Amino acid sequence: MAASQARPWTARQIGFFKPLLFIVCLYPVMRWLWLGFQGALTANPPEFLIRSSGIWALVALCLTLAVTPLRRCLGQPALLRCRRMLGLFTFFYSALHVLGWAYWERGLSLSAMWDDIVQRPFIAIGVLAMVPMLAQAVTSTRGWMSRLGARWHTLHRAIYPVAILSVWHFWLIRAGKNDFAEVYAYGAVLGLLLLARLVPLEGRRGNRP
Amino acid sequence: KLWKAARNPDFDLSDALTSERDVTTYNNYYEFGTGKADPARHGGELKTEPWTVSVEGEVARPGTFDLDDLRRLAPLEERVYRLRCVEAWSMVIPWLGYPLASLIRKVEPTGDAKFVEFTTVMQPEAMPGLRSRIIDWPYVEALRMDEAMHPLSLLVFGVYGKPLPSANGAPLRVAIPWKYGFKSGKSIVKIRFTREQPLTSWMKVAPQEYGFYANVNPDVPHPRWSQATERRIGAGVFAPREKTLPFNGYAEQVAALYQGMDLRRDF
Repeated sequence: MAASQARPWTARQIGFFKPLLFIVCLYPVMRWLWLGFQGALTANPPEFLIRSSGIWALVALCLTLAVTPLRRCLGQPALLRCRRMLGLFTFFYSALHVLGWAYWERGLSLSAMWDDIVQRPFIAIGVLAMVPMLAQAVTSTRGWMSRLGARWHTLHRAIYPVAILSVWHFWLIRAGKNDFAEVYAYGAVLGLLLLARLVPLEGRRGNRP
Repeated sequence: KLWKAARNPDFDLSDALTSERDVTTYNNYYEFGTGKADPARHGGELKTEPWTVSVEGEVARPGTFDLDDLRRLAPLEERVYRLRCVEAWSMVIPWLGYPLASLIRKVEPTGDAKFVEFTTVMQPEAMPGLRSRIIDWPYVEALRMDEAMHPLSLLVFGVYGKPLPSANGAPLRVAIPWKYGFKSGKSIVKIRFTREQPLTSWMKVAPQEYGFYANVNPDVPHPRWSQATERRIGAGVFAPREKTLPFNGYAEQVAALYQGMDLRRDF
């Protein structure tokens, strides 16, 4: 394995690191609450919260997809123990993003939501990205893992198309203002993280597709 | 600096005013940047003294007007107007100004004048947004002659009893309350009267999204969002959206201007 010289982290060390990471992942929520109590959620709080949750969903997605390349680069296989939590945070911020749209944009009316989905490609693509994520969140438990067996991996590999759909969704929103700087930044990071999976592992070259 | 001008009771609303802070810090003014806070952040750099407005085209009395002379052309009055942004949010704003028609009559348009075009200032030192390629600068907006002459069309010099801040279009702008906000040109340096319909900035960017008329219309959705409802700025985090009214609630006054037109086609 690459960088196998590094001393692998023990379960205890990961057990210490994980709660810290959990608190770091809650930073956006704490910031929203703080800004909310300060009355500082801009003049248009719904718009701010919908956009902010969307951006943090992308950040969480980047972190989730960074686990595998990081494990290899750092030679720390135990990092895998953080991946489910990061994946669930990706789902959490994505779900808040969707709920924000449903509540503030569509007034929680199912027919209004449906109209938006069928009339507007960027909404449809966003919802499409949400479908596999929902299934992944539900099947993230050990029970579901063993029940689904090999199919679990297939289902959870759908995070790659989810990443592509998410950037596409983001691109379509920003297309109106021709303002793509952030879209390209997230697209580049996610693209690199996906490409990193294609790099064969040193010494195991023969085993990788 | 405060200006004393009585509120015109014919142009008042029962809606609560949007706070001065929101009115002056939540703006679309892409010359300063695409973020809503950018205009207030960079606006201080805008040089508004001296300021002249050139009046050109199909008029008997073209010329260059000094800002102070323009402001004294007619008595200032306060009018409370709804402002509906094409992005589906709205405000209620106490503008200070006088009818645009007062200026137009003064310069005597010829019989060939069918449209009025407003050009926004370009000050690269103050306006970092001019470096972006979103819009083919300068920003140009226009009205049909009868729209410009309508008593609701206001030439605006102030807001909330004070001279306009840069973010709101200092030192002078127009306010056309029955149209989406982007139709109301800011920081005007040129007013041109034309025979042909001018090609306005947002039509150049995306003609399928932004039409020439841009009348507020709940029945014509924007390709990326519905226009049926709007969010009133300052109403609170959990306030429900409000129904958008045809012509932004000014149908009684302006609907006649568009008789016989298909407003779904001429959106």
